[in-house]
Amino acid sequence: MSGVPGGQPPRKVPLRLADHPFFQGLDPELTAEAGRLAVERRFATGEWLVRDGDPAASFYLVYHGKVALEVATAEKPHLTIQTVGPGEVLGWSWLVSPYLWRLDARALKPTQVLAIDGARFREALAAHPERGYQFLLRLLPILAQRLENTQIQLLDIHGL
Amino acid sequence: MASDVRPSPPASSPHPLAPSPYVVRSQTTETGDTRTLVLSPADGGPVRPALPGQFNMVYVFGVGEAAISLSGDPSDSATVVHTVRDAGRITAAIAQATPGQTLGLRGPYGHGWPLEHAKGRDVVLIAGGLGLPPLRPVLYELLAHRAEYGRIEVIYGARSPKDLVYYDQIQQWRHRSDLRFQVTVDAADREWYGDVGLVTTRIPDTRVEAGNTVAFLCGPEIMMRFAARDLEARGISRASIWLSMERNMKCAVAVCGHCQFGPAFVCREGPVFRYDVVRDWLATREL
Repeated sequence: MSGVPGGQPPRKVPLRLADHPFFQGLDPELTAEAGRLAVERRFATGEWLVRDGDPAASFYLVYHGKVALEVATAEKPHLTIQTVGPGEVLGWSWLVSPYLWRLDARALKPTQVLAIDGARFREALAAHPERGYQFLLRLLPILAQRLENTQIQLLDIHGL
Repeated sequence: MASDVRPSPPASSPHPLAPSPYVVRSQTTETGDTRTLVLSPADGGPVRPALPGQFNMVYVFGVGEAAISLSGDPSDSATVVHTVRDAGRITAAIAQATPGQTLGLRGPYGHGWPLEHAKGRDVVLIAGGLGLPPLRPVLYELLAHRAEYGRIEVIYGARSPKDLVYYDQIQQWRHRSDLRFQVTVDAADREWYGDVGLVTTRIPDTRVEAGNTVAFLCGPEIMMRFAARDLEARGISRASIWLSMERNMKCAVAVCGHCQFGPAFVCREGPVFRYDVVRDWLATREL
């Protein structure tokens, strides 16, 4: 429900990459490399994580909070098309040239993430193609699911 | 006829095609096009007993009748509750009925939700859009006998925040500690701080014991198809998933054939079906 912005503040314990579902079961070397490129970040309610058109320098693993993915149209300048919460991953523009964000992402409540340097992680994936392939196999089902969700949203099933 | 399709329930009206007069006691606006009507028998008597998931044929005299699910508390023997969306000439006339107006009701008809299969198990209710009203009687029943069930999870999705029905009641349910009620919408503006995404996006996060869970689904058919698939992926067996089907019901007594769905008539064998019974029919084009 709409409720009020805010909520419980994020915990102040260090975030561990291995605790995030996205990295669980992946090659330990790959996880360690991502860990070396990860920076913990906190966002206050209403703060932007990414803006449409900005360089997609990182991708985010969400541990606490909630993030709204927004697109802007002439009629609806702030249309939320999806929310991303704990255990989910935000962003793949860092993998796709020209590496620019294609939407806005805004914290709906205090949000805690690990931000992983996209450019350097791309290099790490390219240097070890087997790990890179494993990583893409982990990412692909998420992309496929979101594509399917988008298709269903386009059907406007509640209006059928 | 498939062998797992349930037999016809006994006729519940004095005459299966004769409507009884009911008076509209109140009308509540849920959304821009959806109203909830509370009715009681014009003769002051009790309402006919009904099971969660059954439906009535609601008749606006001189206009026509439509099949509308029961959406009130099944323990209430004094009133009948129907939530109706204005989706055409007849449903518009029903939705616009005002207090004091007399409507004709016949029913209840059909097979309801199999609550007997939910006893002692975790329960997942998934509703899309106007799929929540047919599931609300289930929730009343589960909460009235809370100790008899395991975890209860409700996932309710709508097109937008302004399309949510029972808004105030949902707020109360969301504050209960013995129930997890998730709401998600397909798209929203900045006034909305809740989840955005399809109901299916919430299924992996359900905190139930998959091998001991039943799931009841009601909403757009395509939503139920994807939700049932994802519930299976979550480990819930096909035989533990139930769907409420919607077809063009006219006579409600399995005579006219308008609601035929594969080898079944939805008015008689449904509207609630077990997923493993209808799964192949759902995948059949133009059925």
